[in-house]
Amino acid sequence: MNIALLLEMAADAAPDRVALVCDGKRWTYGDLLAAARGAFELIQESGVDYVALLDESSEASMIALFGAALAGVPYCPLNYRLADEDLTALLGRIAPALVIGDEERVERLAGDQGHTVYSREMFALKAQETWPEGEEREYDPGEGVAVQLFTSGTTAAPKAAILRHSNLLGYILGTVEFASADEDDAALVVVPPYHIAGISALLSSTYANRRIVMLPSFEPEAWLKLADNEKVTNAFVVPTMMARIIEKLNEGVSANLASLRAIAYGGGKMPREIIEKALALMPETGFTNSYGLTETSSTIALLGPDEHREALASDDPKVRARLTSLGIPLPTVEIEIRDEDGKVLGPNEPGEIYVRGEQVSGEYKEKSALDAEGWFPTRDAGYMDEDGYLFLSGRADDVIVRGGENMSPGEIEDVVLTHPAVGDACAVAIPSVEWGEAVGMAIVPRDGHEAPGEDEIKELVRSRLRSSRVPEKIAYVDELPYNEMGKLLRRKVKDILAD
Amino acid sequence: MKPGTRLKSAACDTEVMVIRTAGGTIECGGAPMAEDKPAEAAALSPDHSNGSLMGKRYVDADNTYELLCVKPGKGSLSVDGVALVTKDAKPLPASD
Repeated sequence: MNIALLLEMAADAAPDRVALVCDGKRWTYGDLLAAARGAFELIQESGVDYVALLDESSEASMIALFGAALAGVPYCPLNYRLADEDLTALLGRIAPALVIGDEERVERLAGDQGHTVYSREMFALKAQETWPEGEEREYDPGEGVAVQLFTSGTTAAPKAAILRHSNLLGYILGTVEFASADEDDAALVVVPPYHIAGISALLSSTYANRRIVMLPSFEPEAWLKLADNEKVTNAFVVPTMMARIIEKLNEGVSANLASLRAIAYGGGKMPREIIEKALALMPETGFTNSYGLTETSSTIALLGPDEHREALASDDPKVRARLTSLGIPLPTVEIEIRDEDGKVLGPNEPGEIYVRGEQVSGEYKEKSALDAEGWFPTRDAGYMDEDGYLFLSGRADDVIVRGGENMSPGEIEDVVLTHPAVGDACAVAIPSVEWGEAVGMAIVPRDGHEAPGEDEIKELVRSRLRSSRVPEKIAYVDELPYNEMGKLLRRKVKDILAD
Repeated sequence: MKPGTRLKSAACDTEVMVIRTAGGTIECGGAPMAEDKPAEAAALSPDHSNGSLMGKRYVDADNTYELLCVKPGKGSLSVDGVALVTKDAKPLPASD
């Protein structure tokens, strides 16, 4: 089955309903389906292996996603923030492609790779003007790859994660009720098009017949203004966006968010302080933490609105701690925690998160990472409490191994962050002659506070955790290095501590 | 028959996409479904006329058959005479 079916059904049920609002233009589901069919013609004619996007989100990203699906060509949105050298290599890996977006850059970087290039405007225009002529079209049956996303490659060359039509449809059909959105519902989409959350947002809203309000690049005041003007009901943000929105609201930027029923967040660790502030500032809004990976077609676990409020109101430290959990696994997937030998662990035992389900691709262009039973090792380290709440400690590769003892950076950071003068903190492995690895710590002092002394930090960790977790080296920095999705770049923190 | 096959009802407007199937006969309105509509419509059986709903998934008790209704109609879906039931999505609280 083909993911384009989602748009076909949406357009069949409500052809005149507004599907997309972007840069002041409005597109109905009927318009989008017609344009996707026009894009199919363009893609077929060009004879390419991929349809790529080198651009911010716009109508072109939606038309390209569904047009490529109809043509049976993988859709591969690229990260336009990458350096020229990295981007040239990625373009080379998908040549020949129909590339939509920054024409000048594609010509300059990959003019000799045989790509067909369109600007955003020209692609959208041509897709609308091209009509299927002659006999009825045979659209792709959807047995292959729908989307290819390059992973961010923080440790090695980016891997080409592939999502089949069956993975994405498994996710959407299992979690979205068809045409369930009210006429007034609107989802604000601000995640970049090359992120899995950007893909799943388009698919979910399409199948629900929900209006998509696109903000091509994030800016907190523009976000608040658009949410107000379009009477947005749902939004997804990454933690850094949430922090900046709250900052603006606290500064007194006025925006009527009365219609904003639900905010979901994910893509990185949400600081407890930020979510607590958000809950206090928006008492009527339901907050959802959604945890997922590119290789799992988006969300596999979530902490819902009621659980947020319950955790916030609870006196029980165990229930309160859930505010920073990933919530519980979706009923449509299975999750296990395993140790390094593959043994399944019990409640509260830390290990690696494994997941299995229809939506889980776990597949790269080069090879599949699934084991013989279909389980995908996420390389995320975490544990599950006795009630099934999943907690993330960090990437498995970030675990600090000191004298054979595995330590999660998150556990140490959480303790250090309780110090009133600490604004942000990151623990990484540093080389140690004696132990192999030891704990290194970068600390950002809180605004208006004096940096706490090294002894104070060490004593705090010693008093709350075991002495092995006490940082051996501490560096004070103005800020920690995050990428644009709010992911902490621990590799760079290691560099800071190496100096 | 492969998953992804689109089947049409001989007795009404219903169309489904096959998500999972086995060797049995998939029917709508009491008549077998096929990729093409027959020249002459079959009669709608009163025992199989509860209708099909767009966007609903229909499954049998063992979950060996699963159909997605992509066009609604008056007939109801069955396999070898046994009615299928709807399988609800488990909606996320708007997580993306």
